[in-house]
Amino acid sequence: MSSAPISNAAHQPGWFATERKDPWYVSPLAIGALLLAFVVYSTAVGLIGGYHWLNGTGYLSPFYSPEIYGWGPHAIWQGAPGFWPEWLAKVLPFSSAFLILAVPAGFRLTCYYYRKAYYRSIWLDPVGCAVGEGRKTYWGENQLPLILWNAHRYFLYLAIIVGFILLYDGIKAFWFPVDAAGKQFLWTVGGKAVEGAAYVRTTLDPTHEAGWKFGIGLGSIILIINPLLIMGYTFGCHSLRHLVGGRKDRFGPTPCGQYKAWRFVTWLNEHHDKWAMGSLVWVGFTDLYVRLCAAGVWHDVMIYSPFAK
Amino acid sequence: MSDHSPSTATSAPAKRTFRIWRGDKNGGGFKSYQAEITTGMVVLDAVHQIQAADANDLSVRWNCKAGKCGSCSAEINGKPRLMCMTRMETLPPEGDVTIQPLKAFPNIRDLVTDVSWNFEQNKRITPLTAPPKGDPDLFADGTFRMYQHEVDRSQEFRKCIECFLCQDVCHVLREHDLHTEFIGPRFLVRAASLEMHPLDRADRTSFLKYQANIGYCNITKCCTEVCPEHIHITDNAIIPLKERVVDAYYDPVAKVIRWIFGAKKS
Repeated sequence: MSSAPISNAAHQPGWFATERKDPWYVSPLAIGALLLAFVVYSTAVGLIGGYHWLNGTGYLSPFYSPEIYGWGPHAIWQGAPGFWPEWLAKVLPFSSAFLILAVPAGFRLTCYYYRKAYYRSIWLDPVGCAVGEGRKTYWGENQLPLILWNAHRYFLYLAIIVGFILLYDGIKAFWFPVDAAGKQFLWTVGGKAVEGAAYVRTTLDPTHEAGWKFGIGLGSIILIINPLLIMGYTFGCHSLRHLVGGRKDRFGPTPCGQYKAWRFVTWLNEHHDKWAMGSLVWVGFTDLYVRLCAAGVWHDVMIYSPFAK
Repeated sequence: MSDHSPSTATSAPAKRTFRIWRGDKNGGGFKSYQAEITTGMVVLDAVHQIQAADANDLSVRWNCKAGKCGSCSAEINGKPRLMCMTRMETLPPEGDVTIQPLKAFPNIRDLVTDVSWNFEQNKRITPLTAPPKGDPDLFADGTFRMYQHEVDRSQEFRKCIECFLCQDVCHVLREHDLHTEFIGPRFLVRAASLEMHPLDRADRTSFLKYQANIGYCNITKCCTEVCPEHIHITDNAIIPLKERVVDAYYDPVAKVIRWIFGAKKS
């Protein structure tokens, strides 16, 4: 075996050298643009620190769920956490999204499908099949930092938990807060219903809803589709496929439960790319919907109202 | 049938220009040839026509013309494909058709490359290792039972015809020339077919990590895209093997479980 490069005069070296005649560049360009747009959008949304819930509903943006520390009615603990130092708060005000975005971001960053997507579209290694590369060195996933991607299964464990939390949010979006008279309950700040800038890092008045009633808004449907897509993506994970049964060579004389679980994950895994991109677009759209409603740009459409007239 | 209609038979056959790379390891260039295109024709038919009429000394390796021997691998319009399975009507109707030899292997002459490196890689893989005497899975008469749902995975990999298109398109070999370090997708498929075999008792994870260097694969799936047998190389072979390597070398919890319950090949 020779370590010398294969000298094949039939092919041109260098970036993008190819004899391909099909528009091979369309897919990496489109996927790269979508990924970059999502990264920019989610970063901006995370930094805003508000407009992530809608007053008078149970809607909560998936980018801020679970809201461990925050200022809205969905927050487990109100306000910024004590571990967020003041000096940091001056340059980077706390946002409840900071504590949760790392989980889906880490899960998708280390995902086998997304690795393909960004190695092709962003890192250009390779940009397309049988398309030339100009880079001289290549480490693959053998060395830091990419060797860390082997931790994908640990992000999976966290992503499964987040998936169920988002399912809870999706179900909760079908329940609307009401006051003692059965009318829509609105959270207030200084006696005024929360709207506009009051959605951002503002402590709510200590008033509480009298109860919750079942209703259907357009946002309810958007918020319930979100966890279904995310779970379709999460439960089709290659690592999960390995863990539930792929690691075994024998399943016994009759297909056992473990084999059936492996088949189910395999069934989802066959379209992992579509689940991945579909859930990515929808989670962004879900956040945008809640955000536009909270900002007053768009008004949620009630399909079945639970409120007394 | 429309393929044999009188109008098709009597009309003048369309001619297409083929740019075929001619040369050897010392160099060469593209030469253009014309071939008559008829219904149902594949690229290899055109190459044979050119060889018979205009270029008797054109070197091309072929055998079965049925997509099963894996001999006629080449790059058609820049894509690694089998010449015998590429029908002319699947190519763009206009423009020249470019045919090159495989890029990842040394060129011998014209469209023929030296793929012997692949056979050397094959020898490095531990062959199927049957259970030893006394293995609990063996029956008293020394026979072994395995079930269809257990061997489905390995059977997919047995479809491989060793055309080496996956090796050619793999950028680790094609662009980065890491032939001395990376074994390539074809042999990760072979390793997977053995690793997942219910009868096999060998453990190849150390080989996969340190010698086959599976970490070089960055799972960009070009091998899967070009496989003429539609083997899900990346999803069904390489990624499951990567996960087995994670079990053995990167997952501390799996290590603790092995430490408590003992390592066993399941």
